[in-house]
Amino acid sequence: MSRNTKINLVLLFVVAALAVLPLALGLGDHKEEPFTGADAEAETAITELKPDYEPWFSPLYEPPSGEIESALFALQAALGAGVLAYYFGLRRGRRQGEQQALEREADSALAGAAGKSTAEQD
Amino acid sequence: MHIAEGFLPPAHAVAWGVASAPFVVHGVRSLTREVREHPESTLLLGASGAFTFVLSALKLPSVTGSCSHPTGTGLGAILFRPPIMAVLGTITLLFQALLLAHGGLTTLGANVFSMAIVGPWAGYAVYTLLRRSNAPLMVAVFSGAFVADLSTYCVTSVQLALAFPDPGSGFLGALGKFGSIFAVTQVPLAVSEGLLTVLVMRLLVQSSKGELTRLGVLLAKKQSRTETETEAVAR
Repeated sequence: MSRNTKINLVLLFVVAALAVLPLALGLGDHKEEPFTGADAEAETAITELKPDYEPWFSPLYEPPSGEIESALFALQAALGAGVLAYYFGLRRGRRQGEQQALEREADSALAGAAGKSTAEQD
Repeated sequence: MHIAEGFLPPAHAVAWGVASAPFVVHGVRSLTREVREHPESTLLLGASGAFTFVLSALKLPSVTGSCSHPTGTGLGAILFRPPIMAVLGTITLLFQALLLAHGGLTTLGANVFSMAIVGPWAGYAVYTLLRRSNAPLMVAVFSGAFVADLSTYCVTSVQLALAFPDPGSGFLGALGKFGSIFAVTQVPLAVSEGLLTVLVMRLLVQSSKGELTRLGVLLAKKQSRTETETEAVAR
């Protein structure tokens, strides 16, 4: 494994650790509902600060269940990951193609030069 | 950082919308210019938008015992400058508002202001400052992404505190309350975002040197040397 790949893997590992540690250490245990979204907590805080506040507009479309919502979130992540993977795959392929073309060129130039020199010797 | 649909009073919603609109319009212009002048950058633009798409869909647990998500706006701001990121961020927020009931149309202006305008600009400013003072590329990238992420959530806290000041302690009391919900939760996530942005930038340095040089992220060493050589010859 190259040094580059190792560093990349370490980066991913640290990100994973940062996500897992709060769960593993039980940092949500002091809450009634651990690990809810901060956005929802803000809504609760708003209703605490201003109990009579009524949202004056509701979403045009609301996912009918938590499952559908998580499916749509997964779709969002998958779309993004797909485009990113396409980009890096395309770049890698192009680079390899260019390299092969260069090698082939160098080979044929070498073969051409060799052919010429043998021809001169004759 | 998504303020839910209808959760900002109408006057605030309109004000943030008015504040955000010029940035987005300017961004659309920069984006069309970039695509027209450099059609080859379309792919990397797509990749930057995709990065925001992935990261803002990832809800991660944090030290406060609640979940939040990164923004992914630092990368695009560093690569293509903040105006273009304003557009990419707005597209992401619109997708979430329309399909996921996450954020909303009435709060779009406020959410765009925090995630697609202040975040990218703050991150870009830190990145540029560090680069000018000769910090290593990856240190500047990490700091830029970290600041873009965290500043977004600080702005959200300010927006909510302005709209819902504490009856007793006023704006500052409410800011403390919303800040502890958003900003503190966000610190480890901003670190994660910084690391992921560094990872993607490392992959880009390996795969897209030419593109990064054109965008000014990598310095054109060889080119500048030949330029000085030709200058010397000319003299």
